[in-house]
Amino acid sequence: MNKIIKDGELVTPEYEIFESGEAKGSIVPLETFLALTDKSNTGVWIDAHEEVETIAAFVQDIPVVALNFPVFADGRAYSSANILRRVCGYTGEIRAMGDVRIDQLEQMSRCGFNAYALAHGQDAEKAMGVLIQGFSYSYQATVSQPALFALRA
Amino acid sequence: MYVYDEYDQKMVDERVAQYRDQTNRYLSGELPADEFLHLRLRNGLYIQRLAPMLRIAVPYGMLSSRQLRKIAHITRQYDRGFCHFTTRQNIQLNWPVLEQVPDILEELASVQMHTIQTSGNCIRNTTSDQFAAVAPDEIEDPRPWAELIRQWSTFHPEFNWLPRKFKIAVTGARRDRAAIQVHDIGIRLFEKSGQTRFEILAGGGLGRTPVIGTVIREELEPHHLLTYLEAILRVYNRYGRRDNKYKARIKILVRAMTPEVFAEKVEAEWQTLKDGSGMLSEVEIDRVKKHFTEPDYEHLDDHVPEVDDLISDSSGFGAWVKQNVKPHKKPGYCIVTLALKNTAVAPGDVTDEQLEIIADLADKYSFGEVRVTHEQNVTLADVPKKALHDLWSELATASLASPNLGLLTDIICCPGGDYCSLANAKSIPVAEAIQRQFDDLGYLHDLGEMDVNISGCMNACGHHHVGNIGILGVDKKGSEFYQVSIGGSGYEDAALAKILGPSFAQDDVPTVIQTLIDVYLNNRQEDEKFIDTYRRIGIDPYKQAVYANE
Ligand code: SF4
Repeated sequence: MNKIIKDGELVTPEYEIFESGEAKGSIVPLETFLALTDKSNTGVWIDAHEEVETIAAFVQDIPVVALNFPVFADGRAYSSANILRRVCGYTGEIRAMGDVRIDQLEQMSRCGFNAYALAHGQDAEKAMGVLIQGFSYSYQATVSQPALFALRA
Repeated sequence: MYVYDEYDQKMVDERVAQYRDQTNRYLSGELPADEFLHLRLRNGLYIQRLAPMLRIAVPYGMLSSRQLRKIAHITRQYDRGFCHFTTRQNIQLNWPVLEQVPDILEELASVQMHTIQTSGNCIRNTTSDQFAAVAPDEIEDPRPWAELIRQWSTFHPEFNWLPRKFKIAVTGARRDRAAIQVHDIGIRLFEKSGQTRFEILAGGGLGRTPVIGTVIREELEPHHLLTYLEAILRVYNRYGRRDNKYKARIKILVRAMTPEVFAEKVEAEWQTLKDGSGMLSEVEIDRVKKHFTEPDYEHLDDHVPEVDDLISDSSGFGAWVKQNVKPHKKPGYCIVTLALKNTAVAPGDVTDEQLEIIADLADKYSFGEVRVTHEQNVTLADVPKKALHDLWSELATASLASPNLGLLTDIICCPGGDYCSLANAKSIPVAEAIQRQFDDLGYLHDLGEMDVNISGCMNACGHHHVGNIGILGVDKKGSEFYQVSIGGSGYEDAALAKILGPSFAQDDVPTVIQTLIDVYLNNRQEDEKFIDTYRRIGIDPYKQAVYANE
C-alpha cells in the first residue's frame, strides 16, 4: 500500500482510490459520487476539468476530496482547492493525486491541500523537507496565511 | 523607486537557494529534464539556438544606476560583454552558462533584482509607461500600482501553472505608452472626483491571433485592485483552454465566452472574495506610494538661452533634441531617451561599457535612475535642461546619441533567427538593411514619427501587429520570407496592422518599405503622420504600388 504525506507526516492512507468492490470507505470518481444515494464515509476524486462546486452541498460529510493533476503543468486543481476551502468551507482532507511532484508541494499547500499522494519516483523524504522549509513569507493572502501586507502593517 | 524591505529580500534570496538546489538536482540526474524545463522557465532560463538565454526582470522598466553597474559586471563576468533590452522592458543575457545561473541570480539578488517569472505559463513582469511621474499628460503615477501587482503576482501559488503566459500593463496617462490594449490585462488609471479609479481591459494580445482588449469593468476602486485581478486569473486558470497552446491565451477564452459573459463570471467570482483578506489596505497603498515620491527637483526656468541657442545652431545637437528630448512636467527639466538603434548594432543591444556610462550619466544628470522602454530604448527621466548639451556630448562619445527616436529607423525588433530557437526567419539583418536604406537624417525627420516593428515569428515579440509598418518572418518552403503589414498602432488609438499581400524575400524588404513611404509622401496632406495618411486613404494605394509589377 502506497503511503501518502498528510499533515506533514508519511502515513498509510485511510481512504484509497476506488478500484473495485465496495465504494464506501474509498475515494470514488465525481460522477459515481454524485449518483450515490448514501454518500456517507465516501471520498471523492475530482479531475482537473470538473467543477468542485458540484459537491458544495455535501462537504460537511466528505472525509477526503482528492484533486487530480493529469500532468504537473496543469494548474486547475490549485483553483479547485482554493474554492473548496474558501467558498465551500470544506475543512476535511484535500489530497493531491496524479502527477504530483515535490517542487510543487509548497504551492499546493498554500492553496489548501494538506495531503499528497506523490507521483511514482518522487522522493517522499525530500518532499517532507520541501514542505517544512518552504518560503518564509508569501505576498498573497492564502488559505493558510494572511497577505504579507497585513504582516507589514 | 521601490526599495526592498527584509521580506522582499528574504523571498528573493530563498528563491536563489531553491533554484540552486533545482539546478544541482538536474545536473546530478535526480530531476528529470522535462520537469527542470518548467522550473527553469519560471526562472527566466530558456535554452536557445546557440546557448541558454536568461531573462532578467525589470519591474515596469525602472533601474537604478547601481543595478545597471551590476548588469554590466554580470555581462562581463558571465557573458560576452553585452545584453539586450526587450520589448517588455526586461533585460536578456544571450550567452550565460546553465551551471553558473545560480551565481548570476545571487549577484542579481544583491542589488534587489531577479529573474522570477520572466518566462513560463505564469504572470510575467508588469509593464508600464516609461514616462511615469514625469509626463505632462499624466493623471496619476502608475508605478505604485504596478509594484503592488508585482508583489501580488510574485510566487502566486495558484497562478503559476496557467494555460499560457500572462501579461499585465498599467498606464496612468492620456497617451498610452504601455500598449495596454494588447495585453492580457490592461489597466488604465483615471480620476473621478479627485479619487483614483481603474478601468480594466481583458483579452488583448498579439501572437498568432492578435486581439484588441475589451473593457470588462469601467470603474474599480483602488483597494479592490488585487482581488479583482485574482478573480480574472481564477476564471482564466479554470476555463482557459489547455488542449492547444495556440488557443490558450485569455483572449481566446474571452472571445469564446464573449466579453460580457466573461465579465459576469469574473464579477461572480469577485463577489466571493472582494472584501476578504486580499483587499488592499490604505496603509499598504501608502507604504508603496512612499517609494515613488518626487526627487529633489530644483526650481529651474524653462528658458535657458545658452541651450536654446545651441539647439538652433548645431545640427547634431539640435536634431537630437528635436527627436529624443520630450517635455517634462517640471519647469526646466526634460525627458531624454537614448535610442539604442545605431545601424549595424542589433536594436536594444548595449555593451557593458555603455551600461556603465549610462549609469554614470544617470547619477550625474537624472537622480541615479533610468527606465527601459518597450521600444527597446533607455530613458533618463529627469534631466535639467541646462545640462542637455553636456549630456549629449557625453552620449555622443559613447555612441548613445542616435537622434532617431520615434523615427522610421527606431525599429522595434525581436532577437529573431540569430538567437531565438522559435524563429522562422532572422529579424536583426532586416532591421539593419532598412536602417541602411534610410540613412539620411533630414529625410527621416521629414517623414516624421512612425513605428516599424519586426518579429521573427508568429509569437510577435517585436509587436509587428501594432507597427505602422509591421514585418513578420515566415517560413516559405524552407526559406526565410517576410510578410509586410501596415496601419497598426499600439497607443490609445490601438489598431491591428493589415497584411499587404504575398510575402517578400529578405533583399526586397527595404525596397518595399521605400515604396510604402513613397505612397505616403505622394498622398500626405500638410504635416499628416504616416498612420494618419493611411487611415485616410486606406490600404489599396499601398497594395497597388507594392505589387505593381506582378
Ligand atoms: S517573435 Fe519569434 S523569433 Fe522573435 S523573439 Fe519572439 S519567439 Fe523568437
